[in-house]
Amino acid sequence: MSTATAQAARRRTEGELAQAHRPLTPARVVLYVFLVVASVLWLFPLLWAVFNSFRDYSFTQAHGYASFGGFTLHNYSEAWAQGDFGQHFLNSVIITVPSVFLALLLASSIGFVVARFNFKFNLALLGLFTAANLLPPQALLIPLYRLFRSIEVPYWFSYSGTLLDSYWALIIVNTAFQTGFCAFVLSNYMKTLPYELYEAAQVDGLSVLRQWWQITLPLCRPALAALAVLEITWIYNEFFWATVLLQSGDKFPITSSLNNLKGQFFTDYNLLSAGSVLVALPVLVVFFALQKQFVSGLTLGATKG
Amino acid sequence: MSSPDLPLVAPQTAQPPPRGGSHAGAAKSGRVRRLSGSDRVVVSLMVLIPTVIVVGLIWLPAIASVVLSFTNWNGIGKLSDAKVIGLKNYTDVFTIYPPFKPAIEHNLLWLVVMFVVATPLGILFAVLIDKDLKGSRFYQTALYLPVVLSLALIGFIWQLMYSRDQGLINAVLGTHVDFYGDPTWNIWAALFATSWRQVGYVMLLYLAGLKGVDASLKEAAQMDGATEVQTFFRIVFPVMRPINIIVLVITVIESLRAFDLVWVINQGRNGLELLATLVTQNIVGEASRIGFGSALATLMLLISLVFISIYLNVIMREDER
Repeated sequence: MSTATAQAARRRTEGELAQAHRPLTPARVVLYVFLVVASVLWLFPLLWAVFNSFRDYSFTQAHGYASFGGFTLHNYSEAWAQGDFGQHFLNSVIITVPSVFLALLLASSIGFVVARFNFKFNLALLGLFTAANLLPPQALLIPLYRLFRSIEVPYWFSYSGTLLDSYWALIIVNTAFQTGFCAFVLSNYMKTLPYELYEAAQVDGLSVLRQWWQITLPLCRPALAALAVLEITWIYNEFFWATVLLQSGDKFPITSSLNNLKGQFFTDYNLLSAGSVLVALPVLVVFFALQKQFVSGLTLGATKG
Repeated sequence: MSSPDLPLVAPQTAQPPPRGGSHAGAAKSGRVRRLSGSDRVVVSLMVLIPTVIVVGLIWLPAIASVVLSFTNWNGIGKLSDAKVIGLKNYTDVFTIYPPFKPAIEHNLLWLVVMFVVATPLGILFAVLIDKDLKGSRFYQTALYLPVVLSLALIGFIWQLMYSRDQGLINAVLGTHVDFYGDPTWNIWAALFATSWRQVGYVMLLYLAGLKGVDASLKEAAQMDGATEVQTFFRIVFPVMRPINIIVLVITVIESLRAFDLVWVINQGRNGLELLATLVTQNIVGEASRIGFGSALATLMLLISLVFISIYLNVIMREDER
C-alpha cells in the first residue's frame, strides 16, 4: 500500500463509487484476508459458546469439545431452571427501566438549563456532572453502603428493612452515576437547537417548563433514543454495585447473578454456554436491532463526555 | 466539537451550531431577568434536584471516603469511637500490605496492554474499515460485537476457551494449563479477554473520528506524494487530537477501574490483584478494615481525578470553540 503512486492515491480518494473498479492488487488481497480472518476470530468465542450450548454434556465428555454432534436443546431449559433466570431477568428489568428513565429525566432538565440559559455556573455545573460519571465507584463504596444501611424503610417497601439489599439502592446509584454522562451529551445536543425556538416560545408566553417539555424534549428524540439504548445496555451490564449492595440471592439482576451461578455451572460447560448465551441475548438483540442508536450513543458519549 | 462527525448530530450541525456564548451578548442578563417568578422556581428546581442527587450520592461520599482514610474505623463500632490516626493507613498500605505492590503492577500492566496492544489494533481496524472496502459493514459488526457484552459475561464466555479440563485452548494444544487459576497465566488471560472488547470500542471511537477528518487534507497530502502511512501519521492522526486525548484518558480510567472480569474469575486473588478488588475486599470482606480500605480508595480517587481534569479540560475547551 505504501508504494502507491500519487496517481493511484488520488484515484482512491475519488469516492466510494470507484471502489468496485479498483484493481485487486496483492496488497489488497492481504488486506481482505486480514480483515476476514480477524472478524472470524473475533466472532469465534461467542459462536463457540452458541455451538456448545446446543450440545449434550455426555456427548462432549465422551468425544471432547473439539468434536461435532450431540445436539440438544436441553441445556437451555436446564440453565434457565437452575439459574432461576426468570427471576433474575425480572430483577434486571425492575432495576434498569426506572434507572434509565430517571437518569434521562434528570439529565435532560440540567442539560436544558445549561443549554438554554447563560448562567455563570454552567460550565462548572457540567464539569461536576461529567466528572461524577468517571469516578471509580469503589471510592464511594463505604459511605454509600453505610448510608443505605442506615436508612430504615417499611417492609412493604423493601423486605430487608433498609435500603441496603433492595432494588431501590441500585436504582438510586445507577441513576446518580449515569445522570452525569447523559447530562453532558444532552446539553451538547440541546445547544445545537436554534435559539430562535425559545425566542418564539417566549413571545407566545410559554413557561420554561413547557419550553423544556414541549419544545426541547421532542426535538431531542434521537439523542434520547440513543442514550436510552446505551444506558439500558450499560445498566443491564452493571456488575459492581449489584454485587456489593445486594445480599439476597433472589434480588440479583442477571449480570451479577453470574457470580453466584459459577459454582453450579462451572462443572458442566454446555450448561455454562447456554447460560452465557441467555445472558447475552438481550444485549445481542439491542446490538442487532438498535445498532445505529447504540453506536451513535457511544460515539456521542465518548467523544463528547 | 470540531472533528468527529457524530452520526447522530450530523443533521443538526450541518449549519454551524449556535455557540454557547455567541447569542448571549448584552441580552444575556436581560433574558434571565425576564423570567417570571414561577419560571424562576422551575429553573431552580431543574438545577437543584439533579445537583443534589449527584453531589449527595457521588461527591459527598467520595469526600467522606477521603475523611475516613485518616481514621482507624473498623466499621463495627460507632463512628464516634474511631480515632484520627493521620497518615498511618497510607504508610501501612505502602509498607506492610503485601497485595498492594502486585495490584499496582497489575493495574499498570493493564494500562500498558490496553495502550500498546488494544488501542493500536483498534486504530488499525478503524483505518482499514474506513477505506470502505467490500464487506466493511461485516468486519465492523464482528469487531465491535463484544462491546455490548458485560465484562462479567466475557469472563464466563472465555472460560470456555481457558478451562484446564474442558477449555478449547488446552484441547487443541494438548496442554493442561489452568489459565484462570495459575498465577503466571491468569492476568494475561484476563487481559486478552478484556482486549477482545476494548479493540472494538477503540475502533468505534476512531471510526467516528476518521469520518470527521476533512478528506481534502488527505488528498492534498497524497498529491504531494505522501504515502498512505505517512498521510495517516503526519496528517490524519494529529488532526484527531481531541479523540486521541479522550481515548487516552478513558483508557487510563478504565484500567484503574478494572474490576468485573477479575472479580468473576476469583475475586481478585492469587495473581489477579487490582486496586479496585483490594478496596472491595477490605470493605465488604470479613476483615472490614474501613479506614484502611478508604486509604486505598482515596489513592484511586486521586489518580482518577488527575485524568478526569485533563479530560474535562479537553471536552470543555472543545465545547467553547
